[in-house]
Amino acid sequence: MLKEVTMSEMNIDWQNYHSGHFYDELISAPGQPRPETKHLAQYLASLSGQELQDRKLSAELAIKTMGISFTVYSDAGNIDREWPFDIIPRIIPQREWQKTERGLIQRLTALNLFINDIYNDQKIIKDKVVPSYLFEDSVNFRKECIGMKPAYGVWSHICGSDLIRDDKGEFFVLEDNLRVPSGVSYMLENRKVTKRVFPELFENHNIVPVTDYPNQLFDTLASLSPRKADRPEIVVLTPGIYNSAYFEHSYLAQQMGVELVEGSDLVVDSDDCVYMRSIDGLKRVDVIYRRIDDLFLDPEMFNPDSVLGVRGLMRAWLKGNVALANAPGAGVADDKVIYTFVPDMIKYYLGEEPILPNVPSFLCVDKKQCDYVLANLDKLVVKPANESGGYGMIIGPQASKKELEEFALRIKADPRNYMAQPLISLSTAPILTNGNAEPRHIDLRPFVLQGRESCVTPGGLTRVAMRKGSYVVNSSQGGGSKDTWIVVED
Amino acid sequence: MLSRVAERIYWLGRYMERSENIARLVNVNSNLLLDLPAGVRVGWGSLIDISGTGNYFERDTQLADEKTVVNFILADKKNPASLINSLSFARENSRITRETMPMEAWELINDLYHYIRDRADKVTSRRDRSIILLHVISSVQQFTGLLAGCMSHNNAYDLIRIGRNLERADMSTRIVDAGLVNLLPHLSAGGTEVLEPYDNILWMSVLRSLSAYQMYRQHVRDRVNANAVVTFLLQNEDFPRAVAHCLKQLEQCLWALPNSEKVLSAIVNIQHKLDEADLDELLKSGLHEYIDELQFEIGNLHFKIAETWFLPVVMAQTQEQKSA
Repeated sequence: MLKEVTMSEMNIDWQNYHSGHFYDELISAPGQPRPETKHLAQYLASLSGQELQDRKLSAELAIKTMGISFTVYSDAGNIDREWPFDIIPRIIPQREWQKTERGLIQRLTALNLFINDIYNDQKIIKDKVVPSYLFEDSVNFRKECIGMKPAYGVWSHICGSDLIRDDKGEFFVLEDNLRVPSGVSYMLENRKVTKRVFPELFENHNIVPVTDYPNQLFDTLASLSPRKADRPEIVVLTPGIYNSAYFEHSYLAQQMGVELVEGSDLVVDSDDCVYMRSIDGLKRVDVIYRRIDDLFLDPEMFNPDSVLGVRGLMRAWLKGNVALANAPGAGVADDKVIYTFVPDMIKYYLGEEPILPNVPSFLCVDKKQCDYVLANLDKLVVKPANESGGYGMIIGPQASKKELEEFALRIKADPRNYMAQPLISLSTAPILTNGNAEPRHIDLRPFVLQGRESCVTPGGLTRVAMRKGSYVVNSSQGGGSKDTWIVVED
Repeated sequence: MLSRVAERIYWLGRYMERSENIARLVNVNSNLLLDLPAGVRVGWGSLIDISGTGNYFERDTQLADEKTVVNFILADKKNPASLINSLSFARENSRITRETMPMEAWELINDLYHYIRDRADKVTSRRDRSIILLHVISSVQQFTGLLAGCMSHNNAYDLIRIGRNLERADMSTRIVDAGLVNLLPHLSAGGTEVLEPYDNILWMSVLRSLSAYQMYRQHVRDRVNANAVVTFLLQNEDFPRAVAHCLKQLEQCLWALPNSEKVLSAIVNIQHKLDEADLDELLKSGLHEYIDELQFEIGNLHFKIAETWFLPVVMAQTQEQKSA
């Protein structure tokens, strides 16, 4: 059947689609779609280049109308940019996904046990499974949180882990984002756009819906409420309209039906409870989904110049009068150096083998490993421990000699702050460009929720490096995204 | 409902209403010109005087030509009350408050803003302008209808209506005032005998700029004359753009909000002032001053509302700094 399609006058010919030695999500060899992508490949090939172009335009229009946008920090005066989106969905079979899902929950469970341990008994240190310098030097360790016991022992309630596939198609965890991960709103909106653009495709596929996320998030947050009220008062705390993820803050508040607040809307009264200023006067707040970094949360305890936070918020939280998600200090575990110990944590706390492997890593703080990294800098990817968004890292094979030399000096100056990984061949998926399909590198950010219960989004946000050959998928650096389908096979 | 959101949503109501009013005003003036004899110059500049933005124009409004004025009122980013800025502000406020309204409301405003932004260089052409302005008017009407039909009639809804009616009352007084102060004497200077037959046309255009012509005819059943027009636009309680009606609407919305006593009593005062006015007498002398007072009190209403429900000024200033 596919032959018929490719032989007729069609624009996309999967025979001519080559992804080299990379694992491609759509085809297993030129002209050979995977079992789960057969329908999609056929369907795309049945559309003319013009028809595909029309779909692309209608997606762009939908994104503009729906106001799906993000902010780039350097864009002075231009608050929002339309979200870059590729219309060809990425398909993952449910069978494969179920394993990944278990792996993600296992991982976050261990990470939360670790954070709770670090701020309380520090058993893992005493048992010498991880060295104590790990948290002592971490810029995300908050000594103010020592002794705190948040509900269910959970510190990171919303986690976004970045997964990649190697050339054999196996999933690896690249990093865990345990502080304020963003992107889930784009996952939800991508699905809506695809429904507008390719409604026909949904007839031939049994796609697991993603729309339940706002409900699950609401339930997770509600389960944290310190007051056993019938309907706890939940708010989303945003730094405001100029934040790059403002769209998401507003979107989630809207989808959950809760207030979107800024620091100035909240006040901590003399009873150490948090209230919001409403037109009826002050109203008690139970749970705050905060999208502000730790250090801006409370000028009384952290950065005294912060106008984004709420004076006294930490006091209220430490007294147990309000729940914060994620908890302050949770970032101690998403340091890229601590990342290398996650498999050990899983074994230590859960007595299980890790289901999802880490990417092999070298720690520069270790003299031997550091020497190896310095000697092989041109073959490795080196990342600072505490940056996100792809900032401050170097991709050895793609860097100039001068850049490598400069970076080597930085590593020597502060080895604790760096870790290195071999360049993993990120998998590829086709994107539509000029009416034709071309492979581009992608990753995947699923979102994991943990409160009284745990759950994982079906799929997640697939990010695409839109430039040919590029590995940088971050939207702040020209990355795009795709709708991600978990498909139930017949 | 948060005080900050209350403030934003109130301004959203105002900016949307302002956009519609600007569109009507420019449209009517364009049509009026087509009816006047070649020798008569109706100043486009009076449109600037009506909107109270003369300070930003930086030129003599009476000498300004059509292109300059229209561009200033519709498409000039430096004019804080221009159509494009009003829609841009409406969009920003709606972006911040979109979780309180049906999703389509944000999409509609967002689309409308893009529509104007993409056509900003076309507004000086009379043909394009008319199409563009009619689109603005119908979009704002659609927004109003969408909220009436798909949004819970809750506090947020009332605050949008408060914004809308306050803006509308303000605009109606400005337009009546402009009819009295700007249009008439300016024309008279050109010679009374030429203008006698056009007096009517002018007052009809004042009515049209508020879409009030048809309703006026049905209600007044008399030829169009200054006295009846002014009475209708100020004191009629049934016509949605008459000042008395707007005040009644405001009063209704306020009853539904908490702690509204102070604002309500301010409204009642304005209503008395309006009811008791002897417009026949005032038309002979002092109407302009009377309308000035009325406008001042409507403006004051805004401050009473802000004081009662919005974030304290100090907090709001911190916010401004933060976003700057």
